[in-house]
Amino acid sequence: MNDIALKADGLYKVFGRSADDAVKKLRAGASRDELGGATAAVIDASFEVKKGEIFVVMGLSGSGKSTLIRMLNGLHPQTAGTVEVGGDSITGVSPAKLRDIRRKRVSMVFQHFALLPHRTVIDNVAYGLEIQGMGKNERLQRAAKVTEIVGLGGWEEKYPSELSGGMQQRVGLARALAADTDVLLMDEAFSALDPLIRREMQDQLLELQQELGKTIIFITHDLNEAMYIGDRIAVMRDGRIVQIGSPEDILTNPANDYVEQFVQDVDRARVLTAESVMRKPRTTVREDSGPHAALSAMRDNEISALYVTKRDRTIVGWVRDRDVMNLVRRGEKSLTPAIKTDHGAVSKDTPLVDLFIPSLEAALALAVTDERDRLVGVVPRVTLLAALGGEPDAAGSAEPVVEPLPAEVVTKVLDSAATKGGN
Amino acid sequence: MELRIPVGDWIDSFFEWLENTFEWLFEALRQLFIWMFDAVDWVFATPPAWAVIAVVAILALLARGWKFAVGSIIGLLFIVGVDQWDNAVDSLALVIVAAFLAVALSIPLGIWAARNDTVSKIVKPLMDFLQTLPAFVYLVPALALFRIGVAPGIIATLIFAMAPGVRLTELGIRGVDKEVVEAGEAFGATPRRILRQIQIPLAMPSIMAGINQIIMLSLSMVVIAGLVGAGGLGGDVAQAISALNVALGFEAGLSVVVLAILLDRFTASFGQGMGLYAVWSKKRRAKKTEQEQARLDAGHETVGGRRATGVGAAS
Repeated sequence: MNDIALKADGLYKVFGRSADDAVKKLRAGASRDELGGATAAVIDASFEVKKGEIFVVMGLSGSGKSTLIRMLNGLHPQTAGTVEVGGDSITGVSPAKLRDIRRKRVSMVFQHFALLPHRTVIDNVAYGLEIQGMGKNERLQRAAKVTEIVGLGGWEEKYPSELSGGMQQRVGLARALAADTDVLLMDEAFSALDPLIRREMQDQLLELQQELGKTIIFITHDLNEAMYIGDRIAVMRDGRIVQIGSPEDILTNPANDYVEQFVQDVDRARVLTAESVMRKPRTTVREDSGPHAALSAMRDNEISALYVTKRDRTIVGWVRDRDVMNLVRRGEKSLTPAIKTDHGAVSKDTPLVDLFIPSLEAALALAVTDERDRLVGVVPRVTLLAALGGEPDAAGSAEPVVEPLPAEVVTKVLDSAATKGGN
Repeated sequence: MELRIPVGDWIDSFFEWLENTFEWLFEALRQLFIWMFDAVDWVFATPPAWAVIAVVAILALLARGWKFAVGSIIGLLFIVGVDQWDNAVDSLALVIVAAFLAVALSIPLGIWAARNDTVSKIVKPLMDFLQTLPAFVYLVPALALFRIGVAPGIIATLIFAMAPGVRLTELGIRGVDKEVVEAGEAFGATPRRILRQIQIPLAMPSIMAGINQIIMLSLSMVVIAGLVGAGGLGGDVAQAISALNVALGFEAGLSVVVLAILLDRFTASFGQGMGLYAVWSKKRRAKKTEQEQARLDAGHETVGGRRATGVGAAS
């Protein structure tokens, strides 16, 4: 349980009269339209966010995501359900206790920055620390450090109105980081920025997260953003969470038509990785198994080339049927002379967009390796195209890249080699 | 038998009861008002007119610049020229006392109304009532409770002038960007702190507009209060009406106009960054900022000279 930073269990938020009745009705299976006067903003939301994770809540406006994030730090009291931050419940606690949790555990970044316009950048950054009760010198020192980290060094004494939108949001981010809480809530934090700045901020957020290991809960309506920064994504619709999963899960296994429609517009090439589209190589050959075995393997699978690995599946290179046949004809016992080492393998986390060029350059289906250089799969070109179209299975089987030698020819060579070997 | 609702009788007996029950309170308030009025009046009436004019001119220069300073000298000399100086000083003292009290009451009330919907629901119609009830009507019970003189003038002025102060304060605080208030909450600030550090500073333009309105309404009511013996310019206006004295009426009336313009421009200039004072303080602040920045930059260089990246990212 210790690696759970934040846990929401059965959260409901109903605005309007007789909210409790509405929750009862919803629990009994009523839909959102059958509640009479009450409006249900969040219905039965449950999820856990692990420490150091970026958890994205994605939904269109009116889906309840902003209400949901405000329940995580008690800005909106829940109608039913519980929220735990680092093991402490924030539901049903005294206002003083709630404030204490907000000071030390959860900070927040806002869509429209929400900076104090009458304070300088550094005083804005130090705001959380000021409320924590830190002395002036210490908090200014710390704020200066964080201001530097977000790339605003030299702007400390400016007022927010003198900064561009992107810079203002850096101040918002710095303010939240300076408070040094484990959990960071980001409410559409980048939505008000223009696309180039947004991308830059996303990159910076990922960098900071790597460095500082914060747990981030990020709200967005932009699926591409969600896919780009999220470790896991919760898709919300009409107050309900309809799917929680990794970006690839959501893209490749949408839970329902709504999610499927939603993910249609996603730039698949950037979200999907080699791992998610690769398939098993038809066959590989071990480096120590000899030309004879390699050639029969190619003949049996009707392919013209294959990858050569070590015993532990570490990739060594690839061989072509013609070269191997020559080895067999010459009666060589080792496959090594035929092995070409320019296998051009890519790591399994490579996004599709970076596979195209290697795929063109590779002589056979592109090899995919894991972090220890072991061959875990291949991506034939047709598969790559099919994955972009949204249906990786359409590729059928991995097609050979080069026409294989006719089977009869190969068999003849193998047979004659066998008789030679028998002599 | 004709049906008649005896509202007048009811209110009359209510005030009678009020007068009998709280006589001590009204007497104390009366003394307080008179004392406050005398104190302020003494400040303006004791020095010779030219000294007061000089001080006002300097303040005008600081607040808005030389044009306003020249204008205020001309205006005040006009008042002296039509022999209304003493009356003007009396009226000014009345306005200052009444406006001060109105501000002291209306701003807290406005804040309370902004933070509590129930209070807001009660205060709003009450303020509508107070503001639309013909001003002369206040004077009658005020006269009954505080007797003739300055005190009923102040109380009637106070009640009449409060409404915009309450309203604009409430409006200003409710109009503060919700997200900024949420930011305060999200970082764990107490409601009192949010009020002090976020809501009031951000509502300041609206609150200042409220104060400006209070002063202007006070001035207009002070003239009416002349009818109940509050003296000042209003006293001369009242006298001019009863004697059909056009000359006196206009002299006193134009003096009111001069006072009104002066007060309005003064209060409107607060926090607007005009005048010499604003120029000075801006220079001082710029210098301080520069020093502070230099200190921070020096700090960065010792930390590791990452400033270049900061500037690059900012562009």
